[in-house]
Amino acid sequence: MTSVENIFRTNEGAQEMRPRSEISAKEILREVGSVLRMSEAEVAKLGQMPAEADEDQTMIINMGPQHPSTHGVLRLMLELQGEKVLRCKPIIGYLHTGMEKTGEELTYMQGGTNVTRMDYLSPLNNELVFSMAVEKLLGIENDIPERAVWMRMLLSELNRMSSHLLFLASNGMDLGAVSMMLYGWREREEVLRFFQKVTGLRMNHNFIRPGGVAADLPPGWRDDVLTILEMLPGRLAEYDILMTDQPIWRERLQGVGVITADEALALGTSGPILRSTGVAWDLRRDQPYLHYDEVEFDVIVGSYGDAFDRYAIRINEIRESIRIVHQVLDAMPLGDYRIQNKKVTPPPRARIDESMEALIHHFKIFTEGFKVPEGEVYVAIESPRGEIGCYIVSDGGPKPYRIHMRAPSFVNIQALPHMMRGGLVADAVAVISSIDPVLGEVDR
Amino acid sequence: MSDVEVTPEAQPQLHGCPLSDSRGQTVVHPTRAQYVALMKKLLDGGYVMCSDLTATDYLTHSGRTLPEGIDAERFEIVVNLTAIATRDRIRIRVQVPESDPLIASLFDLWPGTEAMEREVFDMFGISFDGHPDLTRILMPEDWDGHPLRKDYSIGRIPVQFKGSNS
Repeated sequence: MTSVENIFRTNEGAQEMRPRSEISAKEILREVGSVLRMSEAEVAKLGQMPAEADEDQTMIINMGPQHPSTHGVLRLMLELQGEKVLRCKPIIGYLHTGMEKTGEELTYMQGGTNVTRMDYLSPLNNELVFSMAVEKLLGIENDIPERAVWMRMLLSELNRMSSHLLFLASNGMDLGAVSMMLYGWREREEVLRFFQKVTGLRMNHNFIRPGGVAADLPPGWRDDVLTILEMLPGRLAEYDILMTDQPIWRERLQGVGVITADEALALGTSGPILRSTGVAWDLRRDQPYLHYDEVEFDVIVGSYGDAFDRYAIRINEIRESIRIVHQVLDAMPLGDYRIQNKKVTPPPRARIDESMEALIHHFKIFTEGFKVPEGEVYVAIESPRGEIGCYIVSDGGPKPYRIHMRAPSFVNIQALPHMMRGGLVADAVAVISSIDPVLGEVDR
Repeated sequence: MSDVEVTPEAQPQLHGCPLSDSRGQTVVHPTRAQYVALMKKLLDGGYVMCSDLTATDYLTHSGRTLPEGIDAERFEIVVNLTAIATRDRIRIRVQVPESDPLIASLFDLWPGTEAMEREVFDMFGISFDGHPDLTRILMPEDWDGHPLRKDYSIGRIPVQFKGSNS
């Protein structure tokens, strides 16, 4: 095969952004107008969108899929007029591995290993929403032992910290503050080390399972958490000196990638992107799950909806997570870490040695899985990136009939063309970074 | 919800569409003809955010419970809406027949459904009338079939054994 044929074969054809000569001005205006909630005529009056830009003045270029600042295999097609971005189209699917289809072949017990690999920067939140959906179908969502619930909160908040720390690292790197990358990874490593101690793995834990969690906290866990909590505030203050208060950093982010509240809602975005526009919508507070209604924390909102607000929200959310974890440490009760419901919980290891029934029961649960009553539920929680939802349809068997994950990055990425329109191509990197997409979750 | 009317047959309805309860979550079952009008009313009624839009293929399902008057079809479009002000959620399930897999697009109401509808088109082969750019989104453009359909086999890539070159 010649190289020319090779290029042709990797061409995505109709998915790509079409040149102006192939589409009508009406189509362009429709795309813009639907986002701004305006009629086509009103959009045309705005004048920001030259519907009749000359074809020979504009250029369509590819950014990605292999580009260091696209956070994975995100491909953007940008239509440029000089330095200015006129249109942008994200093209995704390069990491698609059919995880929803795979999920239909795995039992509810095995499902955690699948969903945890979607958003690989906040795996515990994926497991949590999956487990909560299964528990709701089983009707045991109110019977989860207290210790398991608080453990889930502890892990979920620590995961939020590690995810936001990685955002700070990559955001710094994308914008040229390369030393920030090292600091962010360094702090995140401390959190991952704790995860490794608790779950055995740094990522993709499969630790939160339907019915509770996989194991109890190891001895000395409280000191480990306290070490992290004591270390972080000082480090965050350093980041403020390094980035937040620094004029170059502010110049680079303020007023870049602006989106208004109405647009953010219309586009379905959630998480820091929605909150940066001033909409105080945080599922932890507004539709409380676990015991978030028993802890005190603030929902951080921005006011300008720009990349700087999104950065500031995330760095302050780490501080709020520290507050929450302190309260979790105080409230952590003793007790069971998983539900003692023989239907979903395998017998403890010690019982297997002495009881044949326990051995059979253990074997059955891990080979066939447990049956879940017929029905369908949608459960949503607040992941570091926004609303992560899990829709499961059960037909009464041991495997989900249909499992769908509402991935926050998948929806948030739709805001890219809108945020980039009219901006500079140099700011495109800042905008992508401020959305903080995880492509494993976008493509699933 | 204040605008829930209880009809004599005790079948709760919302804007003329039957309501049901699924594990404590409210589900509305409009017909395809009622779909867009219902969504418009819900949007005006405060459901400003379309959280999720997906589909399910009920080809091999053993049987589901639907409210009276709703005929089960092979496909179902599932939409989850969120009302920010009232912190409320609602789910809409629309039956889409296999013989005519077509439904109106919600793009003009919530532009954020653009990618989700493309995903459903890609994975289930359900077309959306009025969608601005209905192309495959996750699979390659020249892919055959729609992977999340139940009659789409999982398939296997045969393992290839090759001698080492050294």
